[in-house]
Amino acid sequence: MKTMFQKVWEQHEVVPETADTPAVLYIDRHLIHEVTSPQAFTVLRERGLAVRRPDRTLATIDHSSPTRTEQIFGGAPITIESAARQIAQLQRNCADFGVELLDLKSELRGIVHIVGPELGLTQPGSTVVCGDSHTSTHGAFGALAFGIGTTEVGHVLATQCLLQRRPKTFAVTVDGALASAVTAKDLILAIIGQIGIGGGTGHVFEYRGAAIRALSMEERMTVCNMSIEAGARAGMIAPDETTFSYLAARPRAPKGAAWERALEHWRSLPGDALAGFDRELKVDAAALEPMVTYGTNPGMVIPVSGSIPDKHGDPVFDKALAYMGLHAGEPIGNQPVNVVFIGSCTNGRLSDLRSAARLLRGRKIAQGVRALVVPGSQLVKKAAEAEGLDRIFIEAGAEWRESGCSMCLGMNGDTVGKGEYSISTSNRNFEGRQGQGARTLLASPLTAAASAVRGRVTDPRQFLNA
Amino acid sequence: MEPIRQIRSRTAVLPSTNIDTDQIIPARFLRTTTREGLGRQLFADWRYGADGSLVPDFALNRPEASGCSILVAGRNFGCGSSREHAPWALLDYGVRAVISTEIADIFRNNSLMNGLLPIVVDETTHRWLLEHPGAEVTIDLESSTLQLPTGVRVGFPIEGFARYCLLNGVDELGFLLSKGPDIAAYEQRGRS
Repeated sequence: MKTMFQKVWEQHEVVPETADTPAVLYIDRHLIHEVTSPQAFTVLRERGLAVRRPDRTLATIDHSSPTRTEQIFGGAPITIESAARQIAQLQRNCADFGVELLDLKSELRGIVHIVGPELGLTQPGSTVVCGDSHTSTHGAFGALAFGIGTTEVGHVLATQCLLQRRPKTFAVTVDGALASAVTAKDLILAIIGQIGIGGGTGHVFEYRGAAIRALSMEERMTVCNMSIEAGARAGMIAPDETTFSYLAARPRAPKGAAWERALEHWRSLPGDALAGFDRELKVDAAALEPMVTYGTNPGMVIPVSGSIPDKHGDPVFDKALAYMGLHAGEPIGNQPVNVVFIGSCTNGRLSDLRSAARLLRGRKIAQGVRALVVPGSQLVKKAAEAEGLDRIFIEAGAEWRESGCSMCLGMNGDTVGKGEYSISTSNRNFEGRQGQGARTLLASPLTAAASAVRGRVTDPRQFLNA
Repeated sequence: MEPIRQIRSRTAVLPSTNIDTDQIIPARFLRTTTREGLGRQLFADWRYGADGSLVPDFALNRPEASGCSILVAGRNFGCGSSREHAPWALLDYGVRAVISTEIADIFRNNSLMNGLLPIVVDETTHRWLLEHPGAEVTIDLESSTLQLPTGVRVGFPIEGFARYCLLNGVDELGFLLSKGPDIAAYEQRGRS
């Protein structure tokens, strides 16, 4: 009796773990970007090492890259000098070590967790790592995917392996069906609210149940993406026909006889029905509403129709509310917002943009509200433009940008001002995450778009059910 | 890496729970290509005021915190991003061990790789430490114990191989490279 995680783990043990040493775990796919890789390449140079498997390594530029078209395509300099240097260093490292780079002007460039799946590189049953905690996204395919630090990026570059102790397993079973206007983002925010932001530490989640099966691949990626916000390094969903049909036409998915062999392997991955988990949580999808955060971590979350809880005298809780300028007992609805951000590895895929556009079509963003729409990749951008989503956003009064991580963490200068409220489709509402003193409210693309129109936190059902 | 056997220091205390890596070092300082010199940016948004001056009542800025190399923090320290800049910044500042009741997975791994000791203790010990900032404590890696000035000695969990590497000042890359033949054999029989 094995869980899916156990199967994938055991298939990648080069050397099994013992009491004295962790397992040597083989990594099928290593994704790198400009922020967490430079110091790893420095170690390779210092020790005279090569990249063992450049063919299993792919680099992209996303965190510090500008989103202004003129800085990508128009010959304008990258405004932030340190960002330009970091990008140039990645270009040099990839050239020197023979690693494929989706360079600034590449039509395939994008956020690392959007690019892997859309190219078909992220495959069921594989191991995927990246120097980025949101690598958990790729678990949506039934891959074992987790974030690593820069030293470990160096380990994978040099050996294609990592030393790992086997984590515990945690089943998150979501039965029932999500109501209209309740999205995958609302589901994962609700799950994090229940587990708490450290509740998954040491575990790998497996999301399962009818509501998970009913999700599209893009929605599954949103769910797995935020596993780390509950402390779990990885979250997995068993591959099924939804997975296979998503992958079938992808450029770097297996083809012909190799596809047939891969399918046979992929179908063997789901866990045995009676396999046990170390922990379990059950969630009723039908009971969920659109969610929004009110505090300074993703576990501080309530339904958009709800009120901020009161934790009488808890100093950490009170400090979070003071930072946010919000008050216990008050409804979160109608809280004014200054900035709306639609994008990120959580909600920067085509279906997310469609979802926001559905609400913004023929409407205007409230006066004084700044809205930024940043597609997750250049392919997402192209597809969105082909169906006219860019026009909808621009006519509503939003800015339409080139792809990247952008305002999720503001490394590229796309930031929220001090004290301003941002309703954001990204994944972290930590203090200062979107800019020094910025106050972030996490929500779905639908809720963010509805809030953009009103200039206040707004339940999207007010528009969609009208 | 220098071998680590024992760390003896007074403690500095940050009681907040869920101190995330964006607080340890904000993202705007990650546009670097080296690992040196990040100590200045440690807890930048808590340590410095808008004009760049030190915030006097922030725990690390108080005179008694000067020279402390052990940080005691609230539950779930280091949650959030995988940035190794977080342990690099702590080490560069002079912190050599972090004590909490829970330390986030990626931060813990990154810390071990760099010789920053992530020490998880029980609630009672933790409460005592939170209530006694500046207490002189001793972390003994060989015996995996933490000794309080009261004489109380408690054990802490640490992965055996990581401890071996820390005690001997060796890094894991050398061990992984020595597994080259096993890795090649795995690739030979590989499915892809």
